Amino acid sequence: MTSELTPTPDLTPTPGQTVGPFFGTALPYAGGTDLVGPHHPRAIRLHGTVFDGAGAVVPDALLEIWQPDEEGSVTTEPGSLRRDGWTFTGFGRTQVDGVGHYTFTTVDPGATEPGRAPFVAMTVFARGLMNRLFTRCYLPEDTVALAADPLLASLPEDRRATLVARRETDGGLRFDVRLQGDAETVFLAYPRHARH
Amino acid sequence: MGVDADAATSTQDEICAEMAALRAGYERRGSDTEPETQPRLDYPPYRSSLLRHPTKDLHHADPETIELEAPVFGQRDVGALEADLTIQQGGEPLGERMIVTGRVLDGDGRPVRRQLVEIWQANAAGRYIHQRDQHPAPIDPNFTGSGRCLTGEDGSYLFTTIKPGPYPWKNHRNAWRPAHIHFSLFGTDFTQRMVTQMYFPGDPLFALDPIYQSILEPAARDRLVAAYDHGVTRPEWCTGYRWDVVLTGSHATWTEPDDGGVA
Repeated sequence: MTSELTPTPDLTPTPGQTVGPFFGTALPYAGGTDLVGPHHPRAIRLHGTVFDGAGAVVPDALLEIWQPDEEGSVTTEPGSLRRDGWTFTGFGRTQVDGVGHYTFTTVDPGATEPGRAPFVAMTVFARGLMNRLFTRCYLPEDTVALAADPLLASLPEDRRATLVARRETDGGLRFDVRLQGDAETVFLAYPRHARH
Repeated sequence: MGVDADAATSTQDEICAEMAALRAGYERRGSDTEPETQPRLDYPPYRSSLLRHPTKDLHHADPETIELEAPVFGQRDVGALEADLTIQQGGEPLGERMIVTGRVLDGDGRPVRRQLVEIWQANAAGRYIHQRDQHPAPIDPNFTGSGRCLTGEDGSYLFTTIKPGPYPWKNHRNAWRPAHIHFSLFGTDFTQRMVTQMYFPGDPLFALDPIYQSILEPAARDRLVAAYDHGVTRPEWCTGYRWDVVLTGSHATWTEPDDGGVA
């Protein structure tokens, strides 16, 4: 048997499948929500609720975020799964709670290039969701950068608003995810994704 | 919609008829239409998808800096023993011991090196360690069904585990999932993030399962099925399966097909 000899593989991307309901022992992990510790001087709460097309909360979604640090640098530090409490790894993962709510403790992402609108990249997984969804959670403050952002500029005004977080009085960011319906969140396809 | 998500009111025959109608519609598509190699987000035979699929088209985005990178995981994150699901609880789990191995490649055929692969699965009796799983099959105290590893320099992964059993679910009456292992994968770009399921060859439940059938192109669906590989099987120890994963293309060296510019 010569299993080392691999024929030229089919490079069509492998299909995705739903995360299903039973990821709880495998994917969420202790510290998954804490990109920084709560006592970090500029720690903020990034939180929100996941809703379905009937406006009901989705109690079994899983969210991941990936973001630059406050200066806009993209980290290459490992340690997201076993946090040391000090190293910023840029990645977080959490299961929503029984009322569809999620909370990350993080810092505001910086602009990765001068003048660009800072955002947190997010992926959404859920039972009943056939494949993961990508979206972006933009900071609301830099209105000039937001107006110039190529993605936001390509969207109608009402759709654009679904990608911009709301700043709360305690400094936190509120970002709800609506899988379906009138206020449906804008979900993204990137150039090298299959069209289906 | 007229169909209640999670109500388990439909029969298997009704689900099969709905799937057949969707398949027939797909087969009638124009010859200039690209094959659908990813699952349909809107696939009503999977009832839980009814209120959970976006109704608007995914919006095209050119990936920006953060999306062109991916989280880095290292030996600090993943212990070497986490890839063996048969040694986690101090005793041998019941069932058919097996190795599942393969490579993670990007859309250009390059190995995805030193990246995280996570799996989870039911035990040999078709039961998950999860409160939501009320299937009256035995829990195996020696099997949690979760594992992790980092790919090697050649993009390879290898898990030692137990062959999972099929299990009932409440999509419709007498609904059963084909045996599968869930896989979670990262690439070098965040845009390559994916979660999928690996199946076993010849499963009689394939034709009945709306999650598997949500991928309308048969050749694409087949790629979720591992191959039995006797070269992976170990004498007097376990059987072996091989399954490769191809992520979407990385944008790092991607060239716009039309104007030659770098994305």
